[in-house]
Amino acid sequence: MQRFADLFTALDQTTSTKAKVTALAGYFREAPDADRLWTIALLSGRRPKRTITTTRLREWAAERAGLPLWLFEASYDVVGDLAETIALILPPPARTVERSLTDWIAWLKSLAALEEPDRKPEILAAWDSLPGPQRFVFNKLITGGFRMGVSRKLMTRALAAATDIDEARLAHRLMGDWTPETTSFSELVLSDDPADDLSRPYPFYLAYQLDDPPENLGDPSDWRAEWKWDGIRGQLIRRDGQLHIWSRGEELMTDRFPELRATLDHMPDGTVLDGELLAWDHEAARPMPFNALQRRIGRKSVPKKLLAEAPVVLRAYDLLEWQGSDLRAAPFADRRARLDALLDALPADAGIQPSPLVPFDSWEALAATRETARDANAEGLMLKRAASPYLAGRKKGDWWKWKVAPLVIDAVMIYAQAGHGRRANLYTDFTFAVWKGDELVPFTKAYSGLTDAEFRQITAWVRKNTLERFGPVRRVPPEHVFEIAFEGIQRSARHKSGVALRFPRMSRWRHDKPAAEANSFDDLQAMLATYG
Amino acid sequence: MLELMAGPVLTFTDRGIYCPAGDFHIDPWRPVDRALITHGHADHARWGHRAYLATDGAAPVIRMRLGDIALETIAYGTTRQIGDARVSFHPAGHVPGSAQIRVEVAGEIWVVSGDYKTVDDGLSEPFVPVPCHAFITECTFGLPVFRWPDPAQIAAEINGWWTANVAAGRFSLLGAYSLGKAQRLLAALDPAVAPILTHGAIENTNAVLRNQGYALPDTIRVTPELKPKDHPGALVLAPPSALGTSWAKRFTPASDAFASGWMALRGVRRRRAADRGFVVSDHADWAGLNTAISETGAERVFVTHGYTAQFRQWLESQGYDAGIVETDYSGEELDSTEDVVEAP
Repeated sequence: MQRFADLFTALDQTTSTKAKVTALAGYFREAPDADRLWTIALLSGRRPKRTITTTRLREWAAERAGLPLWLFEASYDVVGDLAETIALILPPPARTVERSLTDWIAWLKSLAALEEPDRKPEILAAWDSLPGPQRFVFNKLITGGFRMGVSRKLMTRALAAATDIDEARLAHRLMGDWTPETTSFSELVLSDDPADDLSRPYPFYLAYQLDDPPENLGDPSDWRAEWKWDGIRGQLIRRDGQLHIWSRGEELMTDRFPELRATLDHMPDGTVLDGELLAWDHEAARPMPFNALQRRIGRKSVPKKLLAEAPVVLRAYDLLEWQGSDLRAAPFADRRARLDALLDALPADAGIQPSPLVPFDSWEALAATRETARDANAEGLMLKRAASPYLAGRKKGDWWKWKVAPLVIDAVMIYAQAGHGRRANLYTDFTFAVWKGDELVPFTKAYSGLTDAEFRQITAWVRKNTLERFGPVRRVPPEHVFEIAFEGIQRSARHKSGVALRFPRMSRWRHDKPAAEANSFDDLQAMLATYG
Repeated sequence: MLELMAGPVLTFTDRGIYCPAGDFHIDPWRPVDRALITHGHADHARWGHRAYLATDGAAPVIRMRLGDIALETIAYGTTRQIGDARVSFHPAGHVPGSAQIRVEVAGEIWVVSGDYKTVDDGLSEPFVPVPCHAFITECTFGLPVFRWPDPAQIAAEINGWWTANVAAGRFSLLGAYSLGKAQRLLAALDPAVAPILTHGAIENTNAVLRNQGYALPDTIRVTPELKPKDHPGALVLAPPSALGTSWAKRFTPASDAFASGWMALRGVRRRRAADRGFVVSDHADWAGLNTAISETGAERVFVTHGYTAQFRQWLESQGYDAGIVETDYSGEELDSTEDVVEAP
């Protein structure tokens, strides 16, 4: 595992993309096939099954370090990463043993056959045989969370450099329902025929946020607009009589959406659609709020009641494969025309609808339409160049998301909590309140939006102005006003204030506003009435 | 035994730690008549007191930073009577000249640690445990995840990073506090690798310490006239907040790094987005704090700054009578800007 830990350290020690690609490509050239296959798997989110609960790992690590569990937990709060906390807290190894990455993963799998009490000596012995960086990587394997500061795109680029295979082709090969147990390096990476896996999705094309005025995009007639939905991006695949639904996070979600099975009867083999999965209000003919969909995602099987309360549809906006051929190189306008023809022929109850094009003849008119996005329960607009091919990954130029400006409210900060991980020594997690008479009613938390310099400034203030401590939370005087931006507001029985915000963040520190001038609970209720 | 009724040796006020028997403060953060100062960092040695007392070793830097002040000096281990208190200063190992302050009133002994570390950094006078009844300690790194690596290993890592940068035709930008950390790193650097350049804030402190007889390698002060290309492969030592500014930009291409105890945490390292983070602290790690406290033999322990809530609870569980004292000390702050006020 030395080689893999060295790779991890090298990736961790640089912020340069080029240096990361070089380090990864070097690893992909030198590592044995089994190890590089596992590395691809880990870097694309395929992890070995967890065989030990994190509760046991915490207990065993604290015990091995001779510390009370609460102190372990307090340390974990600060470090923010369980694997790292364990690695840091354990005494140095007694002796070191070298085993390959693949060997360790096989060993990990073998633990599943043991009774839980018998796993403990195995884990303790492993900890005691691994030096610092390897111990950390090992803990990442057993806790099952693997983020190495390397995006999938970067990994694919490095693999392309190491194998001389085209990057987009590789990205496609690495998609889908494989694990290192079901394939080999040469089959997955070097094999020329990706279509042998019937469920394999295409890499999603992702858009950047449009920050410049749309006029800079040129002639509006070269562009198409659609609503940007707040759902889950999904790919629906019908091949060889089977249906597969993939989320953008490459999770196979077919069984979670039984209402989409009907499409099997209406769509020919060799069809792949790209669209948005949404919980749909059939009566009002518009999407339900995201939390309705969230209730559906959480479960593998869907009770009838939920199916009736939050029915899901796919609003399709692209056709990637038709009659078994890959359409991605064709212009968007052509793909879209074929998509519309296909969907026209579908019955209304098939669960698939077109995500309609939003007509416009000038950027100005489109900007006005965008302002009505909330009425359609949309986040804004998507702009797509009519001539654009369907690319792989996040690319600039042809596709843009053009979101409507967020809702904002001015609120008073009343509690602060230190962050963890990257923000271990800063106060970054705040609770905000609005006025109800003389009383401050907390209604949201926010963690992001300030610059590092602002977080440092507020941290110094919190340290000097703590009124009360509740564990890690500090009550502070209601002095600072922040503008809180959010994408939506919903009634919520779970929150004391009765509202839940979508994506709240601090958009501005209102140094100019005294606390008394922050917004009121009535203002919040008015927003709920208008936008909820 | 009447004396025991006389109240605590030290009390905690909104100006700082106060000794009623001697009518003096230790490291106060608001102006007072008489201040005993543990060391020259800005959160401990502040401007505006009428009279100062510090060690011979700490005095020159304090004078450099605070200008013309009424400052008396005292040697380590010498006892001075102030009112009804007997006072002495003892090495804290934090930075050159830094001290713990021992205060004895009617046979009861309290010690204020200031900031300290228990490993020998090769430059500061090494920490000496001082037996006492009550110990007022920092706990900047008072969690068991903080375990400092062997200084020799870190020195090898830094020199290795520097050597690799020289080979790749890059400068090495290293961020470190201007008093203490910077000089300790200088003492660990291998001057044979390439020239060492220093930011003005650091070089000013170097000059003072060299004059006191601390052995530091040769360094070149970065001035507006300095031409980086005349010093290929140089290691540039600067306060952390100077990295990433236009001051640092003229050294291109460069690899940048921070030296701090916080670099033990991967998350913090990544937030700083530097190429490298070297785990070097002038504060005690978990083991250092526990050893130091145990060696004082104190029964009462007050923790002043750092992970105070967690560390107090730990001390209580170990049988100490432990309390938290709110102070204005900041300990090791990665994001401190105190060092870089002056022009380069």
